[in-house]
Amino acid sequence: MTSLRGKCAIVGVGETRIGKLPNVGTLTLHVEAAKHALDDAGLKASQIDGLLTNQPLHDPFRTYSVVVAHAMGITPRYTTDLALGGATPVAMAIHAAMAIEAGLATTVMCVHGRNQASLHLLPKNGVGTTREANGGIRDGAEDYEQPYGFMVGPGHHAFAASRHMHEYGTTSEQLGAIAVSTRKHANLTPTATMYGRPMTLEDHQNSRFIVAPLRLMDCSLVSDGGGAFIVTSADRAKDLRKPPAYIMGFGSNNPHAQLVDAKTLTTLGGKVSSETAYKMAGVGPGDMDFAQIYDCFTITTLITLEDYGFCSKGDGGAWVQGGRIELGGELPVNTHGGLLSHGHLEGITHVNEAVRQLRGDDVEPERQVEGAEVGIVSGHGGNLSTHATLILSNRRN
Amino acid sequence: MTTQTNETYTKPLPEADPEDRPYWESLKRHAMEIQRCSECGEYTFLPKPLCPNCLADALVWTRVSGRGTVWGTTTQSHPPLPSFSAEDMPFNISLVELAEGVRVCTNVIGCPVEDVRIGMEVEVVYDDVTDDVTLARFRPVKDQ
Repeated sequence: MTSLRGKCAIVGVGETRIGKLPNVGTLTLHVEAAKHALDDAGLKASQIDGLLTNQPLHDPFRTYSVVVAHAMGITPRYTTDLALGGATPVAMAIHAAMAIEAGLATTVMCVHGRNQASLHLLPKNGVGTTREANGGIRDGAEDYEQPYGFMVGPGHHAFAASRHMHEYGTTSEQLGAIAVSTRKHANLTPTATMYGRPMTLEDHQNSRFIVAPLRLMDCSLVSDGGGAFIVTSADRAKDLRKPPAYIMGFGSNNPHAQLVDAKTLTTLGGKVSSETAYKMAGVGPGDMDFAQIYDCFTITTLITLEDYGFCSKGDGGAWVQGGRIELGGELPVNTHGGLLSHGHLEGITHVNEAVRQLRGDDVEPERQVEGAEVGIVSGHGGNLSTHATLILSNRRN
Repeated sequence: MTTQTNETYTKPLPEADPEDRPYWESLKRHAMEIQRCSECGEYTFLPKPLCPNCLADALVWTRVSGRGTVWGTTTQSHPPLPSFSAEDMPFNISLVELAEGVRVCTNVIGCPVEDVRIGMEVEVVYDDVTDDVTLARFRPVKDQ
């Protein structure tokens, strides 16, 4: 088996506006984001022969990726729809690299759009369940959770926080340190939803519980928007407009399906996924100049940082305090403001931020990680059940 | 209290299918059953077509004790759906590990939400929420 280390690169990134966009349809978000990524790479739609999507649950289509491709003038030789929740954008990069190496495509558009803010997933009245709101698409455990008032998202992650606090003595203030660090980065990022809205640890501690032990400021934003990135071979990447971000390593792991199946909620798929990616890339956690960590909730960031080996299991709470994960610290995390404070496009902006940091001159100078050469990106989704990892570098060796 | 029907009850209800109908029927009889593999002896939950441990087509619905311990616990502070009213709030949501080793998602009732702790011993309380559907909630075991 040949390694895919350094064989492909991300060569174009783009997003739409992110926030509340009530008059913009989901398909439009896909097409606009893809157009920005093409412009960024200096490519034309006719040069794209692969396309990956993650169809919106509120409006599912058969053959979604084919519909999206032809809406943007792409006739794909290779296309499919991936369904790994918040791990999907990172998984798209992995699948694109595999398809290119297999000769199924030369250049793959990976695109993701959502109207989470404007088309509320949960219905406003009556008996509504997430199954009904998702057009009948099932999660698999809803009959065993929703009758007890247990809904996806905050509830699931509150259990992880409850277990982490029980097993390791982690505190709400320590989770708050993640929220505050992330908000600082959003305040350096003009496209962030929370730009211009600073937050203190006191604000975090005063915010109401959503599902205790998680507070409002432990929860990510709900956003409309689209994001896209383009993957091609390292050889093609050399001649494009922007410096390539080479795909040096990747992994994924999906340790359970439902919350009741999970052997543990304090070690998740990130452990095996990152070990796979580090081995492939020939690097370790100490080599990372930054980390873009999927942060649907602060506890997700904490567990992933531990699973990725940046600190020992259980030490994450103390480790994230004192500015260690801020720009200028030992490991800047979510330098755009993350899902917590930038916007929630299920992690595609984490991939794009990593690419921009590696270009060296593509983000506001105040938030550029100086001399960044290698960084790691995580995706996490489902019922804390899916995970994917990507290691990117601006050097191929 | 008037008995609710599936039509008048406004909170989410399960939709039983052939694979998990025996579970819901056991709750309705106030006698919780969980699938156990007669080949390898493992219990499994949620309901499954084959034993996920050994893939034997040998899962048997087996009466369980209804006793367990709280494995994870959270407090729902705001209504998760509009059908939950202010009077319902706050309420507990826990993952309870049954004595047989499988976990279920449930509500611990019968004590203030702030008193629910990981490791607390609990027992099942059958709640006939409609004339057709029974839920399995749990309450602290006295004298623990």
